[in-house]
Amino acid sequence: MNGHSHIDVGAQLIAPTDLPNVGEQLIAPSHATDTAPHTTNVGAQLIASSATPPIHHTSGEVQAIRPRHRTINLNAYLEIQGLKKSFGLKPILRGVNLSLGQGERMALLGANGAGKTTLLRILAGLTKPSLGTATIAELDIVRSTQQIRHLVGFLSHQPYLYDELTALENLLFFAKMYTVKHAHERATELLRRVGLTKHARERVSTFSRGQVQRLALARTLLHSPQLLLLDEPDTGLDQAGHTLIETLLAEHTSYGGTVLFTTHHLERALQLSDTLAILHKGRIAFQEKTIKLELDDLQKQAESLGKTE
Amino acid sequence: MIFLEQTIAILWKDIRSELRSKQMWIGMGLFALLVLVIFNFTFDLRVDNKAAVAPGALWVSFVFASLLGLGRTIAAEREKGSMDRLLLCPVDRKAIYLAKLLGNMLFIGVVEIVALPVFAALFNLPLLMGGLLPIVLLGTLGIAAIGTLFSAMAAATRAQELLLPILIFPLLVPVVIGAVRATSSLLIPVANEPPWLGLIAAFDVIFLSISMLTFEYVIEE
Repeated sequence: MNGHSHIDVGAQLIAPTDLPNVGEQLIAPSHATDTAPHTTNVGAQLIASSATPPIHHTSGEVQAIRPRHRTINLNAYLEIQGLKKSFGLKPILRGVNLSLGQGERMALLGANGAGKTTLLRILAGLTKPSLGTATIAELDIVRSTQQIRHLVGFLSHQPYLYDELTALENLLFFAKMYTVKHAHERATELLRRVGLTKHARERVSTFSRGQVQRLALARTLLHSPQLLLLDEPDTGLDQAGHTLIETLLAEHTSYGGTVLFTTHHLERALQLSDTLAILHKGRIAFQEKTIKLELDDLQKQAESLGKTE
Repeated sequence: MIFLEQTIAILWKDIRSELRSKQMWIGMGLFALLVLVIFNFTFDLRVDNKAAVAPGALWVSFVFASLLGLGRTIAAEREKGSMDRLLLCPVDRKAIYLAKLLGNMLFIGVVEIVALPVFAALFNLPLLMGGLLPIVLLGTLGIAAIGTLFSAMAAATRAQELLLPILIFPLLVPVVIGAVRATSSLLIPVANEPPWLGLIAAFDVIFLSISMLTFEYVIEE
């Protein structure tokens, strides 16, 4: 699922309103070929004529497709095009283009202030982009934010936990928020996976930084998200914690889940990802398959971009 | 159904956190009692003017004490990033507002339950009567409805402690006037008095509706 087919088409697919079947490979939405007269489905590729923009039906409404030339990737689970974000007059993201296939793991590197966290926050629906588009499972992140929230698990710098509640109470609370079925079983299982079973009934305020990070990881996985957005997931974790991250990420992708994570550690990025990208001054300055990269090359590349680590 | 379940879950989470930390209730309660004691010593409380002054002192102490709590409920969420966590969840923002509103009403209500007997004793007034209940309920709802919305707004700023009173005091004026006059009418019944309780109720409905509709835009970036 890592091979991408980029094709230039004269249309942009309109995101379906129904959530896609999470177990299925996302190729082209079934209604796309029904309603677009000038499209040809070639395996995983959908080629559309730029002369006549096709029309797609969404929730019974007919929507015209923007008649612009865009490069779309029908294998992409996450597709970002020309994403910009400014805070006041200060530009943080200056036009990020990125695509990530289902079941793929991408490491996002970049110096402090490069815009990594901002990018993840936008994808998680916490911040709105100033310009550009991003789709997750073909759902637009701005128009379908609530649907996307079901699909995304976001692990931030902040653990997003309640200190006065116990580990189990935290997970049960968030299970309610995500309407997770069999919440107690799911929470107990996740606590076991992250090695916190013994601490299930202890308040988070008594936890060490590493334990908090483990619980935050459990909270991120609680609703079985399809896309994991992890902002420096290794923070505060010991060696066993690093191994836990590796195992959980491998499991997640083996079930078709997708991962985008940030890190400052080049070795770790190479170890955990299929694709690696470097964000520099708000743009993707470098992107390559991990298999094609050596640590030395990556270090040179990072240094040439002014990266300190 | 999910809306209700999520509202109750957020409310229960807030109550449980507060019961364990006890940061807000103790502070609010003590503050309300202190204000009442200070007013009791400050005003010239002769028998003839007691009933006129006391309702004002009561509601001013409720409003001041409420401010302490109102500022904390959402600010505490924001400080620890938990509001983001809540916003990250596919929860209807109205459910968040409703839960915070009910939580604030409950916190203010507990303070009122503690302060009212103390007030009655200090001012030597027969305030613990049935007619006071709807006034306190509607007045508290008004304070909480405005306070919840504006505390969310103020929490996003650096000067939240300063901004919150500036934002909500002017808007609270109709509620406070209505509540004070309704309480006075209870102590000294006056003929042809306007329907103060109705005024507070109308104000509550207006502000609840506006808050429910706008909370999403206030809370999200």
